[in-house]
Amino acid sequence: MTKQLLKGNEAIAEAAVRAGVDAYFGYPITPQTELLEYMSRRMPELGRVFVQAESELAAINMVYGAACAGRRAMSSSSSPGVSLMQEGLSYIAAAEVPIVLVDVMRGGPGLGNIAPSQADYFQMVKSAGHGDFKPLVLAPASVQEAVDMVALAFDLAEKYRTIVTILLDGVIGQMMEPVELPPMQPRRNQAPDWALTGAAGRPKNGIVPFRLYAEELEVYNQRLQDKLARIAANEVRYREYLLDDAELILVGFGTSGRIALTAVKQARKLGIKAGLLRPVTLWPFPERRLWQLADEARGFLVAEMNAGQMVEDVRLAVGGQAPVKFLGRLGGMVPMPDEILDAIKSLDKATRPVPIIGTIAGSVTPLRRRMSVN
Amino acid sequence: MQHDVVFSGFGGQGVLFCGQLLAYAAMDSGLHVTWFPSYGPEMRGGTANCTLVVSDEEIGSPLVRHPSCAMAFNNPSAEKYEALTAPGGLLIYNASLVSHAVARPDIRAVPIHASEAAAELGNPRLLNMVMLGALLQLTGVLPVEAVERALDAHMSARRPELLALNKQALRRGMADVAG
Repeated sequence: MTKQLLKGNEAIAEAAVRAGVDAYFGYPITPQTELLEYMSRRMPELGRVFVQAESELAAINMVYGAACAGRRAMSSSSSPGVSLMQEGLSYIAAAEVPIVLVDVMRGGPGLGNIAPSQADYFQMVKSAGHGDFKPLVLAPASVQEAVDMVALAFDLAEKYRTIVTILLDGVIGQMMEPVELPPMQPRRNQAPDWALTGAAGRPKNGIVPFRLYAEELEVYNQRLQDKLARIAANEVRYREYLLDDAELILVGFGTSGRIALTAVKQARKLGIKAGLLRPVTLWPFPERRLWQLADEARGFLVAEMNAGQMVEDVRLAVGGQAPVKFLGRLGGMVPMPDEILDAIKSLDKATRPVPIIGTIAGSVTPLRRRMSVN
Repeated sequence: MQHDVVFSGFGGQGVLFCGQLLAYAAMDSGLHVTWFPSYGPEMRGGTANCTLVVSDEEIGSPLVRHPSCAMAFNNPSAEKYEALTAPGGLLIYNASLVSHAVARPDIRAVPIHASEAAAELGNPRLLNMVMLGALLQLTGVLPVEAVERALDAHMSARRPELLALNKQALRRGMADVAG
């Protein structure tokens, strides 16, 4: 199949069209706007629903409504817009209807700027809205990976009746790369049996985002947690690079993950055994794999475009088995490979095994790692 | 094989398109390529730049601090990228607009009177193709035929005479820096 050169935002939009999205609702905001702009042309052309809402609040509630009616519905926005959507996201989580949301992160807090950022990891992974829930979060590192994630996002959203977000930054949104688009899928012609489609000839369905009595809400919450546990058990995704013999392990997602890959390859040329684990799902997080890797690793280095967010999850996963260092750029700045390489060199130096000169009281434990203070 | 090229100039000089066309040609030649633009307020009348990475293997970082080649369409870009070009790298600058005296001894700086060449070809907007021709000649990143095929394949054929002019401008840029 021939490849096309597409911007991340436009490629995601076309991938959603081909995944059979029935309705798109959104509001413009840089660096995400090309996605909405593309949909404004493409969806009406195909006789599908496009609405530029009056705000992000309205947009997410329109998504909520369309999803309740059993339609494949989505929205997209960027950081400040996603803040506005959080009430709606919580209601959608409570109602357990499937939706897909694309968040093309920009610099914050506040209005911040339009430069690429990863400062909303906490927002999306830890607190996408009030109440005990988590969206399933996918983090692409290339335009092709973003495209491939769209159909997956809808499938997972429907499989678990949950929110799936695709979390990227302005680099992936604005960058052009060659992509192979998937073939056009037919739209689903039958709503799922829980959907609100008019109750002619069948018992009524109900979808509510509340349980008035605490006893009832606790039972509901427990069921929700059971579902999240199933997602956590089955849907962890990550990619590994040069990890087979790696002593130093880099961890990065999205743009900082692929930049870290360049630094890892440069470190290899210098004889430093570095490797990269790039989480593809941010929730659920590849914590088990990191725990395994920590058993052999001399140290970890986490690179992010924020002040240190995912690094907390890496530290939890590593559980103190090895030092975990952090490198972050703020305010829309993107780390360059040479900065990451310098941090790899420092980590290498700080964790280099110290030769054993003698043994202490018969101890022959190899002093292979943890020779430096974190 | 990896080439990283920064294209930098005023908004309206065709800087972003210049990079995009090379990206199309690289894609059609089966190479890996990333094209990343400056976006937002920078684009409105101010400076425009884009970074292109072309490689025969999977590309990690789409951004580079020290490009192996910089294309400076105007004076501020020449000043900025003289400092940033990688040691041993190449700086191609539009001598029609650049007054800055490029002095670094550890890079190869190549002037080309691209605005004048474009005017001589009858359309000042051909500036970007003249610059791109110089890049092809000096780096050999892709044969000019690959770029010409990309023009035919990806650009609108509504004004076929413009396609021909663009190809002429590419060849003119190559000739001006050859030998």
